[in-house]
Amino acid sequence: MVEVTLKVNGKSVTKSVKGNTLMTEFLRDELRLTGTHVGCDTSQCGACVIHVNGEAVKGCTMFAAEADGAEVATIEGMASPDGTLSVIQQAFQDHHGLQCGFCTPGMVMSAAALLKDNPKPTEAEVRDYLEGNLCRCTGYHNIVKAIMAASGQDVSSIAAE
Amino acid sequence: MYSFEIGRPSTVADAVAALGKDEAQALGGGQTLIPTLKQRLASPETLVSLTGIAEMKGVCAEDGALSIGGGTNHATVAAEASAYPALAALAGGIGDPAVRNRGTIGGSLANNDPAACYPSAALASGATIVTNTREIAADDFFDGLFTTALEEGEIITSVRFPVPEAAAYMKFEQPASRFAMVGVFVAKYADGVRVAVTGGSEDGVFRWSAAEDALSANFSAEALDGVSVDADGMITDLHGSAAYRAHLIGVMTKRAVAAAQ
Repeated sequence: MVEVTLKVNGKSVTKSVKGNTLMTEFLRDELRLTGTHVGCDTSQCGACVIHVNGEAVKGCTMFAAEADGAEVATIEGMASPDGTLSVIQQAFQDHHGLQCGFCTPGMVMSAAALLKDNPKPTEAEVRDYLEGNLCRCTGYHNIVKAIMAASGQDVSSIAAE
Repeated sequence: MYSFEIGRPSTVADAVAALGKDEAQALGGGQTLIPTLKQRLASPETLVSLTGIAEMKGVCAEDGALSIGGGTNHATVAAEASAYPALAALAGGIGDPAVRNRGTIGGSLANNDPAACYPSAALASGATIVTNTREIAADDFFDGLFTTALEEGEIITSVRFPVPEAAAYMKFEQPASRFAMVGVFVAKYADGVRVAVTGGSEDGVFRWSAAEDALSANFSAEALDGVSVDADGMITDLHGSAAYRAHLIGVMTKRAVAAAQ
């Protein structure tokens, strides 16, 4: 066992974890933050994307012990404490950027990381950035549209095919 | 996963000491090793994470060369290796953004996956792999599939790339895994052209000497007309035959020459 101290959504947490505890297991099982989803558990689908020190990473492919001292952000930290959705979450709702919703936490966290570095991405840049986020409903058009809208760009010309 | 202990030293010296124990294994960004552990294809008793070692991170240009810390992730190389644009572009094309925020150059080279991108850059650039004990020329480093000249417990602390006059990397991706079906790195130096191929051979990354000779005489895609790779020894799998890969090597090399800057 190894003791880790980290900040999760701004709150300091200290826990003793096993060496092989993944970040996804730490968040979901230890902290009961079940918004971070586990789809493939092989770092392909991106449902588990979280931010570690501001960078998007796949929570299923990182050990909790490696996050000692880090600032971690999960989907639970995106909305305001009063429940007001973040701009990106609201755009997903407004533009029907989800169907079953399983991939949505990872999509939103990836989108947030993209817009932090590139506040006005082109559609091609959005699609390129989402390379590691899979939607089994194949609802990519509206996901891309939601992210474009969240960046404050006009999306009226993007077809909702 | 089998259970193991994990340590996270903050200096190279402490990491080397920790790796001296029985059944200890270095953990870079974990983008290959963690999936391997999940499949129970590896069973170390101790993992020594290198992610907390500040002295192994960063990109630094010096005297016509680019030195990259072994623990530097792909996203950082993509953003900061502007002195060597072909290398920055290669780093920016590995996996996906979240993978690039974790995976490291040292981890990729030490693993020497036959379809990984970085080994081709190191070999085509005649890079020097710097470890905690010595410097190894790229020509002496890669030793077949998943095998390198590294000794047990030896850590890649940095990699030094001589910056070429012109270079490009062209990758034909396997569309599901994003690994290279074939990737070709072409680098033109004052004393000649070097061409390294990943993804193609059953022996892992290799230098294509016939193409190097042709391109050193005439650095143009046309110089490769009539120059071909023998399909013997190329990989055959469900994604493509040996003959297909041999053909792709020629195509991707021409594209790399055409794109070289």
